[in-house]
Amino acid sequence: MDQIIIQTLHGLVNGMVLAMVASGLTLIFGIMDIVNFAHGDLLMLGAFVGASVLGVTGNYWLALLVAAVVIAVLGAALQVTTLRPLIGRDPLTTILATFGVSLVLQKYALWQWGPSVRQISEPVHGDFTLFHLQYPWYRIVTAILAALIIGGLWLFLKYGKYGIWIRATTQDRVMAQAMGIPVPLVYTAVFAIGSAMAAASGVLFGPFAGVTQTMGFDFTLRAFIVVVVGGMGNLGGSILASIFVSLLEAYAAIVVSPAQAVIVSFIVLVLTMLFRPTGLFVPTPK
Amino acid sequence: MLVLDNVDAHYGKSHVLHGVSIEVRAGEVVGLLGRNGVGKTTTLKAIMGMARRTGGRITFEGRDLHGVPPHGLAGLGIAWVPEERRIFRLLTVLENLRTGLDRPGVTPARREGLLEKVYAYFPILKERRNQAGGTLSGGEQQMLAIARAVVLEPKIILLDEPTEGLMPRMVAQIQEIVHALHREGVAILLVEQNVPLTLDAAGRVYIMEKGAVRHHASSRELRADQRVIHEYLGV
Repeated sequence: MDQIIIQTLHGLVNGMVLAMVASGLTLIFGIMDIVNFAHGDLLMLGAFVGASVLGVTGNYWLALLVAAVVIAVLGAALQVTTLRPLIGRDPLTTILATFGVSLVLQKYALWQWGPSVRQISEPVHGDFTLFHLQYPWYRIVTAILAALIIGGLWLFLKYGKYGIWIRATTQDRVMAQAMGIPVPLVYTAVFAIGSAMAAASGVLFGPFAGVTQTMGFDFTLRAFIVVVVGGMGNLGGSILASIFVSLLEAYAAIVVSPAQAVIVSFIVLVLTMLFRPTGLFVPTPK
Repeated sequence: MLVLDNVDAHYGKSHVLHGVSIEVRAGEVVGLLGRNGVGKTTTLKAIMGMARRTGGRITFEGRDLHGVPPHGLAGLGIAWVPEERRIFRLLTVLENLRTGLDRPGVTPARREGLLEKVYAYFPILKERRNQAGGTLSGGEQQMLAIARAVVLEPKIILLDEPTEGLMPRMVAQIQEIVHALHREGVAILLVEQNVPLTLDAAGRVYIMEKGAVRHHASSRELRADQRVIHEYLGV
């Protein structure tokens, strides 16, 4: 029983971090039809930038902010130089391009920060006791922060002037242009927002497992799974799917080892593709 | 104001427009008639930079539209009401209008004024302002598409088959709006299959066939002599 409660907490916390990564990915996919294979590497780079800023200043929250801003600028630059010229081309070319960017970012991180694991020390210490088990406060803080950031994104998309531009462009790029919305700029901004969210997730997740130059791939894969399971380009679906998959993995970890529990998410992916390829968390088309 | 000079356009490899020349002067309502598939919609798309133009020139107030990015046309004063309406289906009515209102340089007071104006034209849109665009009826979507163009405060509206598939009461309302916009001095290039409506609303009419303009006359002339209409439109 204790274990189930702890694993539920674990699943929720991991789910929120994953949801943050996935919302950036799904936003970018929804508007540009681009599967960004470098998304996890932007997260990794954000975590490294955060670790460096933390090392210099000792201020975790500053590190979080700087990482998000730096990676947002990098993301915007990547979009303008690498992806904008490929708009309208075969989707395969953008997949290959983002895959190439992913490799470049990984090797850059290896060159810049070396192969050893960097630690980000958590800003909130201490545990609390839950049914005789200790649970770190920091994980709870992470989940709440992730929820706040996702909530902020949602409010921005729902009510912000530029949020409406983004949603209009997602639905009908041509009509959005005819209404005078500067679509190329919207693309770049969305890429920057997605990148910033990835970077922030990296800094939030950093204290859990340390920062390495290969941590990105795992996130790309997991985010990609939940984006497909949640329905491509569907923000709410991706968030629900993140929590759903993370909870399943957490419960599976009670029975099998955590490394094997990851298989659960692949099984969910395969079953979704087989039986409901439009996604689990989208309304049935009428 | 808007001049198409010998415009050619292609869709992929098929040659759709063959030397189309059309002029719309400031504040003028001009009709573009023709059967299905003669290139009327493509003509509008060529103006909007959506059809691949392979020859000729399109100028607006003396400025060549070649090289103007697609999102720059609204700023010049060109608004487009497409045949399929292309409402942002998941956006509410108000959000649909905001895509045109939230442009730089619109003061809150002017914004309110514009909203009031389109709500006065189409009171039903005010009632439905918080409803998703996709849930509106066909006629309401058409109204929203026109309202969305009007809030851009355009000098010209490219109006593509606004009455297609609408019931007579709606057709009358759309016709009224076309008149109202005309009185305000907005030029309209009206693509239609509805001949009586076009002859009523437009001062001059171009008739297209097989991707080219075959006939050009004032509405008065066409009303007096219906043979041309019979010849090209079979009605």
